[in-house]
Amino acid sequence: MAYSDKVIDHYTNPRNVGTLDKAKKNVGTGLVGAPECGDVMRLQIEVDENQIITDARFKTFGCGSAIASSSLATEWLKGKTVDEALSIDNMAIVEELALPPVKIHCSVLAEDAIKTAINDYRVKNGLPELEMPKSHH
Amino acid sequence: MLTLPIYLDNNATTPLDPRVLEAMMPYMTNMFGNAASRNHAFGWQAEEAVDYAREQIAALINCSPKEIIFTSGATESDNLALKGVFEMYASKGNHIITLTTEHKAVLDPCKHIEKMGGKVTYLKVDEKGLINLQELEEAITDKTILISVMYANNEIGVIQPIREISTIAKKRGILFFTDATQAVGKIPVDVEADGIDLMAFSAHKMYGPKGVGALYVRRKNPRVKVTAQMDGGGHERGMRSGTLNVPGIVGLGKAAEIARQDMESDSKRIAAMRDRLERELTTIEESYVNGSTEHRLPHVSNISFKYVEGEGLMMGVKDLAVSSGSACTSASLEPSYVLKALGLSDDLAHSSLRFGLSRFTKEEEIDFAIGHVKEAVAKLRELSPLWEMFKEGIDLNSIEWAEH
Repeated sequence: MAYSDKVIDHYTNPRNVGTLDKAKKNVGTGLVGAPECGDVMRLQIEVDENQIITDARFKTFGCGSAIASSSLATEWLKGKTVDEALSIDNMAIVEELALPPVKIHCSVLAEDAIKTAINDYRVKNGLPELEMPKSHH
Repeated sequence: MLTLPIYLDNNATTPLDPRVLEAMMPYMTNMFGNAASRNHAFGWQAEEAVDYAREQIAALINCSPKEIIFTSGATESDNLALKGVFEMYASKGNHIITLTTEHKAVLDPCKHIEKMGGKVTYLKVDEKGLINLQELEEAITDKTILISVMYANNEIGVIQPIREISTIAKKRGILFFTDATQAVGKIPVDVEADGIDLMAFSAHKMYGPKGVGALYVRRKNPRVKVTAQMDGGGHERGMRSGTLNVPGIVGLGKAAEIARQDMESDSKRIAAMRDRLERELTTIEESYVNGSTEHRLPHVSNISFKYVEGEGLMMGVKDLAVSSGSACTSASLEPSYVLKALGLSDDLAHSSLRFGLSRFTKEEEIDFAIGHVKEAVAKLRELSPLWEMFKEGIDLNSIEWAEH
């Protein structure tokens, strides 16, 4: 199957690869997926006192579409408030990257990673945990 | 000068040898006759060409030309052998023994046979991919009519102990069928010495054209028959109807002749390149060769690069045409069932690449492949959270992964 130019671009030049200090109170970490499934994403956000995401980092074990989905997610997260970030929908990722139906699960995983990272941040900062959408898998 | 991408997927298919194409050409142009036309020169020419191909093939596998049944390829041959024996020998029994690591062209007909009321035992293999002969003996019942074990595996290249298997079959009066698609033309296959009763193989895995293959069906000691799976015309001793694919058959014949003549020197050279590739790539930390390296085809290497996902890796080695044991394209994300049968964990199975060399592979291509793969693995590990955890000494099994 041919990959879209955008997937190839993110795969070739992934944005925001890296690791934030997960011990810090203003860093939220989302680790989703499983090695047996061939996809593991770790997405991290750093949030300032105004609830704005100042930095986002990822590392992904997975196919090109999984790498591109998480790379794109970090781009979209930066500069958004935590609440705004919650509105990132997997279908927007599908559209932006022109993912074929068999790769939709990569975008779902990226959305899960965002929500898990936000929840981690919320719990660390005494906010109630949000209910996670039921996994689409 | 290297032409990119480099083709290292020769277990999927091989390029057509120019000598084969040359032999086929006349039969695609002015010598277009139907081999079944008995009353004019066009037909005689075609029949003569087919007979000659039969001899070339027979010489390669040491059988009589009359024992070759031409088909459209190995999948058809597998179907004809399995279903054909099941029907023909229904009065003797209904039990077939095979392996879990067989090609789908064997496993799916077996499933079909189960639906038709047959019984099939799927034997497990050991961590090298080899059959356990004792388990084979124990699986035999008085209803067993056929043992079906592939000669060499398409994913890992592991060669099964064919002679030991056929000896067991013979001792118990059971027919022995082997899918030898990956073996014929690559390593010496001798149906007499190997004790094979039926054998499937294909032209396009041995530098011949696609769309043509054969089923060897033994005529003596014992005389084997299969029930035709297609009706019409009664070609090929009534076992496979349909106008013969004359140019294809001529190509298969020529491919067989070249294989017979060049096999020894080809496989020596190819194995040396394969060994070098494997030696270099296994200098990469946390890389593992899958399957037996002792009993293996000379041109295959299947390697897992832990903490890197196979499909992502294939995208990273975009200048190489290889294949991966990871199929991240379905909802189930199931990795290779062959690698899993060796006892590989799912993550290692997802991390594998298969390299398949050919007689046309060049040393410079191997040099390039080594550098390209090393670079891609390093790059993807930089991206891999699992690699980071491994480097930090975190046991990945201690993590509760989210089910998805």
